[in-house]
Amino acid sequence: MSGFDFLTTRLETALGWGRKFSLFHYPFITACCGMEYMSTACAHFDIDRFGAGLTRFSPRQADLLLVVGTITHKLAPVLRTVYDQMLEPKWVIAFGACTVSGGIYQNYAVLQGIDRVVPVDIYIPGCPPRPEMVLDGLLKLQDKIQHQKQDWRWARKT
Amino acid sequence: MGQENLIEAVREKLGEAVERVADSFGDTVVILRPGAVRAAMAALREPPFDYAVLLDLTCVDFAAAEGRFELVYHLYSLSRNVRLRLKASLPAAAPVVETLVGLWKNAEWLEREVYDMFGVDFRGHPYLRRLLTYEGFEGHALRKSYPWRLAQPRIPLKDDV
Repeated sequence: MSGFDFLTTRLETALGWGRKFSLFHYPFITACCGMEYMSTACAHFDIDRFGAGLTRFSPRQADLLLVVGTITHKLAPVLRTVYDQMLEPKWVIAFGACTVSGGIYQNYAVLQGIDRVVPVDIYIPGCPPRPEMVLDGLLKLQDKIQHQKQDWRWARKT
Repeated sequence: MGQENLIEAVREKLGEAVERVADSFGDTVVILRPGAVRAAMAALREPPFDYAVLLDLTCVDFAAAEGRFELVYHLYSLSRNVRLRLKASLPAAAPVVETLVGLWKNAEWLEREVYDMFGVDFRGHPYLRRLLTYEGFEGHALRKSYPWRLAQPRIPLKDDV
């Protein structure tokens, strides 16, 4: 043993490191972008390489909400409920043009961007986005998580 | 039953119910009087026509026309492997037509959808309630008179534009 007997870090940094590489995601999938999600999640592109491979089908167990596909006004309260059920800390990715802005739909039925219902951390445009773009968005989210102020149980609230 | 014979037979059977018979890219279209839709459908469901399946029921809004709401029915005969298209125009002031629920069970949801989107009143329908939009939605979304971008959110939205 030499050269690596001890390690110094900041608690914030360690927490961010832990959180960004252990994202449990909840897929909220309604439309064709789901195909790209499946492609991203499965072996070819493999979202597990970035520590986000564990899909949870309960919002209680998830900390990354992946909103994939068109959200209508009829569905908006459901999305809000799912977001509210997730435990802190939590992040949201808007996956595809429809979730970013309503996409090609501008009518009585479609919500013009999910950021009008839930706060969004990362927007991934594209109709649908390529898996590479999704992974790029995920890396950007990890970067954001690493550098944001970490919330933890005994943290001093101001 | 060939195409010509079919038209003749339909005319003979339905009599006054048929307003006229048109041709649309080679397909026969029978235009019915709105008051006679139910009786005509009941006759077409029985042999020799034997249209056992109601494939589709939808509506078109011709905003400027006198018969504003044009109902479009598609029938299919399993025994003869032929389809038939029927239409009926309803006036803008009172878009009312008799229900087909007693003849084909799937008419229930098809008619609920047309009611939801166009506000056509299907008399005798057992449960004429909105199908696609939600409770509290006002107006009928596919009418030409409906503002094309008017959304009716169910929860408060951030930054409403």
